[in-house]
Amino acid sequence: MFLSNTVSTDLSLVDATVIAVLGYAVVFFGLILLMLVVMAMGKAFTAAGRRNSVTPEKTVPAPAAVPAPAAVPAAASAAQSSQAAPGSAGKIKLHDVPPKTAAMLMAIVADQMGKPLNELRFISIKEVK
Amino acid sequence: MSINVGQILLELWQSSGFYAIFASFSGGGWQNLVMLVIACVLLYLGIVKKFEPLLLVGIAFGCLLSNLPMGGLYHQELWDAFMDPSSPVYHSYGQIMRDGGLLDIFYIGVKTSLYPCLIFMGVGAMTDFGPLLSNPKSLLLGAAAQLGVFVAFLGAVCLGFTGPEAASIGIIGGADGPTAIFLTTKLAPHLLGAIAVAAYSYMALIPLIQPPIMNALTRPEDRRIQMVQTRVVSKTEKIIFPILVTVFVALLLPDTAPLIGCLMLGNLFKETGCTDRLSDTAQNALMNIVTILLSTSVGATMVGSTFLTASTLKIVVLGVIAFGISTAGGLIGGNVMCRLTGGKVNPLIGSAGVSAVPMAARVSNVQGQKANPSNFLLMHAMGPNVAGVIGSAIAAGFLLSVFG
Repeated sequence: MFLSNTVSTDLSLVDATVIAVLGYAVVFFGLILLMLVVMAMGKAFTAAGRRNSVTPEKTVPAPAAVPAPAAVPAAASAAQSSQAAPGSAGKIKLHDVPPKTAAMLMAIVADQMGKPLNELRFISIKEVK
Repeated sequence: MSINVGQILLELWQSSGFYAIFASFSGGGWQNLVMLVIACVLLYLGIVKKFEPLLLVGIAFGCLLSNLPMGGLYHQELWDAFMDPSSPVYHSYGQIMRDGGLLDIFYIGVKTSLYPCLIFMGVGAMTDFGPLLSNPKSLLLGAAAQLGVFVAFLGAVCLGFTGPEAASIGIIGGADGPTAIFLTTKLAPHLLGAIAVAAYSYMALIPLIQPPIMNALTRPEDRRIQMVQTRVVSKTEKIIFPILVTVFVALLLPDTAPLIGCLMLGNLFKETGCTDRLSDTAQNALMNIVTILLSTSVGATMVGSTFLTASTLKIVVLGVIAFGISTAGGLIGGNVMCRLTGGKVNPLIGSAGVSAVPMAARVSNVQGQKANPSNFLLMHAMGPNVAGVIGSAIAAGFLLSVFG
């Protein structure tokens, strides 16, 4: 019937409290264990990542410096004047994005990622309309 | 052969739903009318106010359909017999298939827990566990934010509900619709309609419920804390994680295996990179189909005789309490973490520990930006947010193992 509660209590308040405390503890216990497992996995992957990044430097010889061209064709001389600076990752393609905005975006991304800008490579920036 | 037009019209009238409502007005017809009004209110909330419309519209329409007399779409009496151990058709799906209406057949998917699990698969396919993997401590906030589940459970016991009913009501505090439906179907199916409506309505109201609690339980200077970028997570880690969690959680609490298994299977589809079609299906086509079936069949359980009780009102009140206390639990966890890390953690991300992905994380971000416009907490809050999904599934598994 309306506004009548026909259910009955089959659990004392003490029992319910014990179950509630135990349940909350089980949730914490489960997630703490999971946290430890995930942390261990993260550490293992970070260590493996470090090893992989160090190993090639020890074993692979540094590539030989690219010899300067003996003679540069006339058509390429203009391109050479705008050649990338040492350490540059090349040119970035901008699609409808002013260079100033692109520079700000790159700085924000580097800041958010916590990485120096020279360790990141931007391929292109396109405004999503 | 003579045709008695009057007799035909009389029989037509007597076979109509209008007659059924008014002929038995005092014997239950008024309940149908009230439920039709409630269905229209829910439709208004879903369509006009945009309260979780993808689910609420289906729930409201299911309610509308099952409360139209003579429609024969849903038969509460069949399900009562299905649940009665003394009945000859106890747990007989054949009986439902033979005598049931369309919504009865839809409801088999709820009863067998098929729909909540498939929804979880879609949720898994849409979830990026990267923020959680990069900051595993956020799992603690997901655990802290389950406080409301157990406080509401206690409250429900105090209000006279049985243990299984109290457990089903408490899980509303997990802010996770599929988990609430999964647990309620197993423990207290007669409360399913009220619990589903309360859970989804409050999830839609999270932007209104959480901010006052967040402001009350955090200091302004803490809300301004900017969190630093966490480490980048490799693809391999993201692939191993769902496998690891499935094995770990299913071994710890086997009752959670269907939910966690489907959640992580969906996530594995997303992360492998070689099952894009399956991931796409789980996220879109399958999710949409199951949402339609789930919402209409859950709505169909809202028949007047079981919905219009004091229990429903109590569930509505306990639900909002559960949500509020879960938010508070997450914030307390956030404050503790803030102190322990020397102010490196913004406590606002704690409130995202109530699942409600990604709404709760968005609220944390918005509140953080109100305190400090250059604050971007969204990715940091996604960690506790997805941890809350796992936490609520563990809480449900615990309650199921105790009362199931």
